[in-house]
Amino acid sequence: MGAVVREFTKGLWKEVPPFRLVLGLCPTLAVTTAAKNGVGMGLATTFVLVCSNLIISILRNAIPKKVRIAAFIVVIASFVVIVELMMQAYFYPLYKILGIFIPLIVVNCIILGRAEAFASKNSVLPSIADGLGMGLGFTMSLTLLGAIRELLGNGTVFGIHVMWESFRPFGIMLKPPGAFICLGLILSLMNWISSKQRSH
Amino acid sequence: MSEYLLLIVSAIFVNNIILARYLGNCPFLGTSNRMDTATGMAMAVVFVITLSSATTWIVQEYILKPFDLEYLQTIAFILVIASLVQLVEMFLQKSIPGLYRALGIFLPLITTNCAVLGVAVLSVESHMSFIKTLVFAFASSVGYGMALVILTGIRERSATSPIPQHLRGTPLGLITVALLALAFLGFAGMVK
Repeated sequence: MGAVVREFTKGLWKEVPPFRLVLGLCPTLAVTTAAKNGVGMGLATTFVLVCSNLIISILRNAIPKKVRIAAFIVVIASFVVIVELMMQAYFYPLYKILGIFIPLIVVNCIILGRAEAFASKNSVLPSIADGLGMGLGFTMSLTLLGAIRELLGNGTVFGIHVMWESFRPFGIMLKPPGAFICLGLILSLMNWISSKQRSH
Repeated sequence: MSEYLLLIVSAIFVNNIILARYLGNCPFLGTSNRMDTATGMAMAVVFVITLSSATTWIVQEYILKPFDLEYLQTIAFILVIASLVQLVEMFLQKSIPGLYRALGIFLPLITTNCAVLGVAVLSVESHMSFIKTLVFAFASSVGYGMALVILTGIRERSATSPIPQHLRGTPLGLITVALLALAFLGFAGMVK
């Protein structure tokens, strides 16, 4: 049980994507113009990650080594189609905002990375824990980035005004340069915290 | 003619797939440390994106549309792209082993380069003709390659500069990309 918990919690700080493992940057940068979009994208990715980890760890002995990547991609793509159709049916406004980044979940390197590095070598329970931890870590990161960009670019968080009256939003934070610079500064902050922890 | 010219300018500068559309970030940061890897990656991307967009257009028009299977687009496209990349990989391994070694891990990762699937989906979504799709895919990937080479040039210089430890590597890379994107924002509005 302890091992399962450890697999779950490593995704939340020690190996949190996309900050520690610099993977899955495209959705991270593209959809985080608002905290709400970050949550939506993160949860969609988590669903695909958990399901694909589950199926791949069940099938791990049945998939021949040589074609494993193709097999993983088929599994992942099937779940992405499920998410795509579900969101189209039940969360249409969010579906519109996330746009082409929903089909692009299939090429999110985190998912294929976890399939290759973890689910194809471990049994079902740890794989689900790993997927859930990584997915929630990803959701957290996206929400954080979205909240920062929304706060600076629009003066709101989750659509609620939090900045003072005379605050002039920096429109650039909602545009590509803002996304890149924000992620860069968060990464360097995390490096700085880690180096402080090490020196203690 | 001017229509195609506008399409090219728009795809390379105004809507650069990496700097304005955020597609293909992971290999963008991963291969931009050394110039020879970057140029190799850029060429591989141009080749794969152009070829895969042409193939996915054919799949969309002649297989998915007639049989009403458009909801399977994602699966169909990614399978086509994955097998194409496998083909390119085998070709490089046989005929240009030097480049194959230089690209190392990133060649199989072209499959998960969202730029490849992204350009395919974008061109299908905007209902372009076959020739337009080809031009759009080629121009977009050239824009990607150009941004990659520019970034590599800057990162090679900054690698030898005295930079605070916690900014080294990816964080500084991202901030450099941000400045590049800021510069490319200057092209916005040039083409509708």
